[in-house]
Amino acid sequence: MIAVADYGVGNLFSLCASLKYLGIDTEVTKDPKKIKEAEKIILPGVGAFGDAIKKLEECGLSRVIKEEAKKGKPLLGICLGMQLLFERSLEYGIHSGLGLIEGEVRSIKDDMQKEARSGFKVPHIGWNRLDIDESDPLFKYIKNGEYVYYVHSFYAGKCAESVIASSYHGIKITGACRKDRIWGTQFHPEKSGTVGLNILKAFTEV
Amino acid sequence: MITKRIIPCLDVRDGKVVKGRKFQSIKEVADPVKMASFYNEAGADELVFYDITASFEKRKLFNKILKEVASEIFIPLTVGGGIDSLEDFDTVLKCGADKVSVNSGAIKNPDLIDAAAKKYGNQCVVLSMDVKRVDGKFMVFSMGGRENTGKDAVSWAVEAVVRGAGELVINSIDADGVKDGFDIEMLSALASKVSVPVVASGGAGKMEDFADLFEKTGVQAGLAASIFHFREVEISDLKKYLKEKGVEVRI
Repeated sequence: MIAVADYGVGNLFSLCASLKYLGIDTEVTKDPKKIKEAEKIILPGVGAFGDAIKKLEECGLSRVIKEEAKKGKPLLGICLGMQLLFERSLEYGIHSGLGLIEGEVRSIKDDMQKEARSGFKVPHIGWNRLDIDESDPLFKYIKNGEYVYYVHSFYAGKCAESVIASSYHGIKITGACRKDRIWGTQFHPEKSGTVGLNILKAFTEV
Repeated sequence: MITKRIIPCLDVRDGKVVKGRKFQSIKEVADPVKMASFYNEAGADELVFYDITASFEKRKLFNKILKEVASEIFIPLTVGGGIDSLEDFDTVLKCGADKVSVNSGAIKNPDLIDAAAKKYGNQCVVLSMDVKRVDGKFMVFSMGGRENTGKDAVSWAVEAVVRGAGELVINSIDADGVKDGFDIEMLSALASKVSVPVVASGGAGKMEDFADLFEKTGVQAGLAASIFHFREVEISDLKKYLKEKGVEVRI
């Protein structure tokens, strides 16, 4: 069974529909016990980092997710869920994350300005080409250069060692990251058509 | 690089997809779930569903259809038609919509844009506007294009973005259903004034119209209905054509 962590952030309809479509036994839960029992964990999320990490802590899920991930249980963070895996975020102040992967969540706009890039709209919304590390098991069913769907204004930086996929939007945007058995995707696999379904399928098989 | 998007639009009435010309003489086409699945296979980048029924009973039917579509199609879905309140946002989001398009509801109550953006995020709120030339000026119309609101289109677009709209769909009433190309003049005038993505709607009749749109204006997406519904233009052919023209598209 795959547990989808439900901590009151965002709409889980599409994610659950995708997993159901793939025939995966899924449980949407806020119960730490279920997270412990699950074979794998998905941490979704949209919205602001500070609000999300607070909610995750309040419902008691952050501790159990950290413990399980450290024990080697496969974990996939999606969008804001991926950002939460890092040490900290600079979105509206400085917030501590779960600290499972080294790096920080930074403003696309600020970093674009530092590199004097213009003509790129923020939020980064739409389909973008994904350059992947083809050896990663998360990408075993997709090819390099396929398109995935993004919606975000902040991105994971200072995390070069864990980047396994990226897209270009004025700056290099971390598309996906990995450390040990912990994966994260900034894009929405549940909204990225067949490519996205193939990524979710690969995660269920790691 | 972010690709330009091709978006088929499905107007749904009494559970069926319809297409009108200049918003009148509505004609029935087909089953929305089957059509959504067809467009998904064909490479559409996103789907837009407008509920053009009014009654409560029929609305429940629309929501049921939306759920069916969202359970099978895993690309972004935008839903509009009769969105007047945060409850309406909530209902369609729970049925699987990713973005919600407001039109007359936001004209009546502009604060709805602020409230929805705050609750669901800017990326979720799409302002759709029906624009028509009146004495050489671009004016906003409501009630499915029947009523001149007296609002200037450029100021309304700018105001909506300030209030929190994350995307604009601009439909030219003058060009709608005529199939003589997008309203380049209107779209250029509006798209250059806002920082958010703009979706062009109304007037697409052939593949060249999309190339023209992306070459001459800064819009991010082209939306059309009848040319796709009647298979006068196949999305896969259109994308190949645009790619050859140097427009970045998802193939």
